[in-house]
Amino acid sequence: MEIPSLVLFFTLIGQLLFIGIAFGSVIGEEEFHEELVLRPLPDRKVMGHFHFESRAPPSNSFGRHHHLFPKAIAQLVKKFQVKEMELSFTQGRWNYEQWGSFDPIPSNNAKPPGVELWAVFNLPQEQVDASWKNLTHTLSGLFCASINFLESSTSYSAPEWSFPPASGSLRYGTLPREAVCTENLTPWLKLLPCRDKDGLSALMHRPSIYKGFYHSQRLRLTSIASNLEGLGPGIVLEQTLTVVLQPDNQKNMMYSSKPNLQPGWSMSSIFGRKVNGRCMLAKSSNVYLQFERGLVSELKNLEKENGKSGDENLALEGFLSNPYFELSIKPDRIFQEVNNFHIKGPSIIYEFQVDKYSESLPFDLGLTWKIPIGWTCQQAPLHACRFLMGSGNERGAIAISLKSIESIMSSLDANSLDGSCKLQVDIFQVVPWYIKVYYHTLGVFVDGKPHAVRDIVEKIHVSPSKDKESPGVMEMVLKLPCGVKSAALTIEFDKGFLHIDEYPPDANQGFDIPSAVISFPNFHSNLLFLGDGSLNKSPIISVFQKKSPVLSYTEVLLVPLTTPDFSMPYNVITITCTVFALYFGSLLNVLRRRVGEEERFLKSKAAKKTGPVSQLLSKILAKLRRKKWEPPSSPEAASSSSFINSKLVFKVILVAAIAVCWQYYSG
Amino acid sequence: MHGEEQKVLGMDDSISDFEAHFDLFPKEAQSIHSPRSLDSSHQPSSPYVSNTVYLSNKLNFQFPVSDSLLNFPNVCLLTVVAEGYWLKQQSMSPYAGSMYHGSPLLLSVLGPLTVKRIEGQPDHLLCSLLLVLADIISAILIRATGKILQMAYRQSLDSLNLLQASKSSDFLSSGDVAALVYLWNPLTIVACVAQSTSPIENLAIILSLFGACKRLVPLAAFGWVVATHLSLYPAILIIPVILLLGSGPDAPPRKLFLQRGCEKFGDSSSNDSHRPRMEVSPSKLPIAFSWRSLIHFLLWTSLWSVYVLFLCSVLVRPYGGLLEMFKRTYGFMLTVEDLSPNIGVLWYFFAEVFDFFRNFFLIVFHMNILFMIIPLAIRLNHRPCFLAFVYIALSSMLKSYPSVGDSALCLGLLALFVDQLADMQFSFFLFCGYVGVSLLSPAMHNLWIWRGTGNANFYFATAMAYACFQIILVVESVSATLNHDRKLRKLSASKLGDGKS
Repeated sequence: MEIPSLVLFFTLIGQLLFIGIAFGSVIGEEEFHEELVLRPLPDRKVMGHFHFESRAPPSNSFGRHHHLFPKAIAQLVKKFQVKEMELSFTQGRWNYEQWGSFDPIPSNNAKPPGVELWAVFNLPQEQVDASWKNLTHTLSGLFCASINFLESSTSYSAPEWSFPPASGSLRYGTLPREAVCTENLTPWLKLLPCRDKDGLSALMHRPSIYKGFYHSQRLRLTSIASNLEGLGPGIVLEQTLTVVLQPDNQKNMMYSSKPNLQPGWSMSSIFGRKVNGRCMLAKSSNVYLQFERGLVSELKNLEKENGKSGDENLALEGFLSNPYFELSIKPDRIFQEVNNFHIKGPSIIYEFQVDKYSESLPFDLGLTWKIPIGWTCQQAPLHACRFLMGSGNERGAIAISLKSIESIMSSLDANSLDGSCKLQVDIFQVVPWYIKVYYHTLGVFVDGKPHAVRDIVEKIHVSPSKDKESPGVMEMVLKLPCGVKSAALTIEFDKGFLHIDEYPPDANQGFDIPSAVISFPNFHSNLLFLGDGSLNKSPIISVFQKKSPVLSYTEVLLVPLTTPDFSMPYNVITITCTVFALYFGSLLNVLRRRVGEEERFLKSKAAKKTGPVSQLLSKILAKLRRKKWEPPSSPEAASSSSFINSKLVFKVILVAAIAVCWQYYSG
Repeated sequence: MHGEEQKVLGMDDSISDFEAHFDLFPKEAQSIHSPRSLDSSHQPSSPYVSNTVYLSNKLNFQFPVSDSLLNFPNVCLLTVVAEGYWLKQQSMSPYAGSMYHGSPLLLSVLGPLTVKRIEGQPDHLLCSLLLVLADIISAILIRATGKILQMAYRQSLDSLNLLQASKSSDFLSSGDVAALVYLWNPLTIVACVAQSTSPIENLAIILSLFGACKRLVPLAAFGWVVATHLSLYPAILIIPVILLLGSGPDAPPRKLFLQRGCEKFGDSSSNDSHRPRMEVSPSKLPIAFSWRSLIHFLLWTSLWSVYVLFLCSVLVRPYGGLLEMFKRTYGFMLTVEDLSPNIGVLWYFFAEVFDFFRNFFLIVFHMNILFMIIPLAIRLNHRPCFLAFVYIALSSMLKSYPSVGDSALCLGLLALFVDQLADMQFSFFLFCGYVGVSLLSPAMHNLWIWRGTGNANFYFATAMAYACFQIILVVESVSATLNHDRKLRKLSASKLGDGKS
């Protein structure tokens, strides 16, 4: 305990000194917050969402020393003029149907498999691409990942308006096949002031984290322009790690008589570790347990069935001993969501402050269910799913199917007064260049019936793919009628054929089409909480409260492409060249052949042994003189042939001399 | 039947795609979809399967059958034209994206037809009708060309008194044969069914030849300019067209006329009939090269090309001008960028060849066409129509994206010369070869692309065989024509001898 406090002391001293040196131009201090949200999921799993936030206030000095904020990130922001950036490493797929898709956490943290990177630059348009390339290389070095593959213009795109932080200088790229592992997590942890030695990040026991069903580590940074002159931008760095874990069922054996009982868990059982106090450098260090709207409403229903009507006691008092569940630790605060229009109950958050705990008294939150309970998470208005159609390796079609979730649609219907209610859906889809999409084949099906494209697609922007240059980007705004049960978009494509060098090592595995982004701009996934001013200081709560559109990613598609025979290049080259030589030689031979003259030539050759060259030359000479060519008599022929031979020798020498001169002067 | 099968196959494929995809995740992740939670009745047990079934029931998704028949290069398909037209309607350059590489004129003619639908009829009906019309007009023009050729040839033989000697069949009109061969050739029908634009390119070429035979200089120039504009390779046809216009349609070698002239002059001093007498003044030749029509042709050519380029520049002005158009059309043809399989051999060659040799081989293969132009023109200058056929056959073999439409044209034109090619060698072998390749090639393509059981080499082997057969066809037909000339010469010599004795 001594050393951390000493460190803190020195840090504070240093900071104070520095403030003095910097003429008081520093507006705020660097801050670091650590938070963890735990949430039971309906399918007997638990979601853990770590949220670390570092803030560097605007400062005027370039290359300034940072106390808490990672210097690598600050340099990166300054060097590449990054306005906003998000990088995510994900393994597994967020199960939107089971784990919900209407909350801030899925909207912000459910990412497509592999690596996704987008960045907005504070630069003029023509410099953005260069800056993006440098940024990808820097990040790939920083995170030990092959992000540098996003450098080539075939792998990134510039969406215009359908991807949420729409801006002209946005670049977006994904690597669906990037394997994410602990080697990517370690550099990510290095950006935290306490690394994984202390505080909440100490929970990241690698085997238990990577054992999970879903794992997504994310880094988002926003630079804040200061309104004061001469100050550099401040930076907010948000690092989140979202994991979905399965609590160990072994400990619940005593409840085996109730097979439907949700498993109880504790932090030590799911992470394999306990929290030994907070990270000393963190300004706040909290753990939250969130009960979703669906779960809360289910609990309320149970309450009603039991005859008790007060739902307040569930939220505020019944946390420790109620007939439904049991928390091992008394929460410090309880927040309840204010909601006016949702059918389901309000979401409840229990806050636990880690400050009070230490190595001698580790923090180990546990939740035990007493009765079987089932609920559903809140869904986005339409569930999106994407798949391939067609067979064979020549062409196919991509279909995006949107299916409505009853509850939301009915609530929306209730809200709309007349029949003109429209549900807006934005679709952003990037297709690699070797998938050659025929955009004119776009078909729209609403409730199973084909519709005219222009009735449904309100706005469309397409930038078709260029071979080996840029991917195809399709951005669409759909306006669906509110009562829609299902909608589907289909678009046909041709599969390209690549040069053998362009195939990846395992070409027969197929190629990935990155996820499409489906967003619902009219629906916002924010949670509003009642509470005092102190509530807003918690970064995660402010993230929850931020208005952001509901967003979901579709599956990554695996497209098998035809492969040539990789072992054949020499055979193909030689066989093809042989055929061409056959063509050239035989055609020229046919053209050259003169039957009568050949006979005469053979005769003369048999009679006199003259060189063919001399004969040819004399023939040409005869033609030039327009005289009848006579086969030369033997003595003349001998003389002429010797004469011509000397001439020939002279010519050869001349050519050789020219060649030597050429070699000499040009070399 | 076939469509149904494809549909079912497609469904299975997409499901297996999902499963393959899930394999990337931990094994347990798949259990997400097994209904284990309490209220699983709310959720479909496996959303993907149900969706796929639903969609494959709802969407009438099938591909044209013709595509699996013979493989067409993407350059000349109507779907690509439709895509280009769609991009243009979206106020984008039709050349944006690497889809459309055709002429902007073709786009403005065919484009509106691709979107026009007639209720209850297949999608591209109007376009297909246009293609059929183009084929029929081509056949009519071939027939007319054949008539002209045959008449001119008979006249020239008559003037040599060889008409009885050469067993020129009176009952078989080569024009009719050629037209029938062109129309009923399975390759022509396939080209039309697959909705490729090659009938239109063929029509332009035939128009040019017909105009040149009929000495309609503007028509010949127009055909040549349009054909060159559409697919570049007919540019080499300028030599036969000029020869046709300058010295008339096919005739026996000029030397025979010279000899005949000699004989008519009564200058029988020479007993060696193989050698013409050079003393005969060129003005006495039956066919003199008319420079006048050449100049006319050049004038009309420049006029038409300026006109075509002007129209194009008006059409492509918003999208980067003519330079961009040339880069996207001719550039695309010359630097074989599209490596999708076709009946040629270059796609596989350039898919396999090492990158640093690419430019070298591009030059070599294009030079192969150019190298043969002059020798052929020298040797066959008295038969310009046949020369045109040889050029067309060569370019249909060596062009970057050959299609069966090209070889349909060259087989159609081949039939124009039935008489002189009567004693061609290997004709039965060639016929069998063509039949075999056109049966095997779709089968191999189907095995490789659609079923995934074959290998690229199987298909490449048929392409190779096809190239070999075409080479044999060209070489043998040239050799047969030259032999025919020799025979005529011998006949004429014996006639001369007979006349003298």
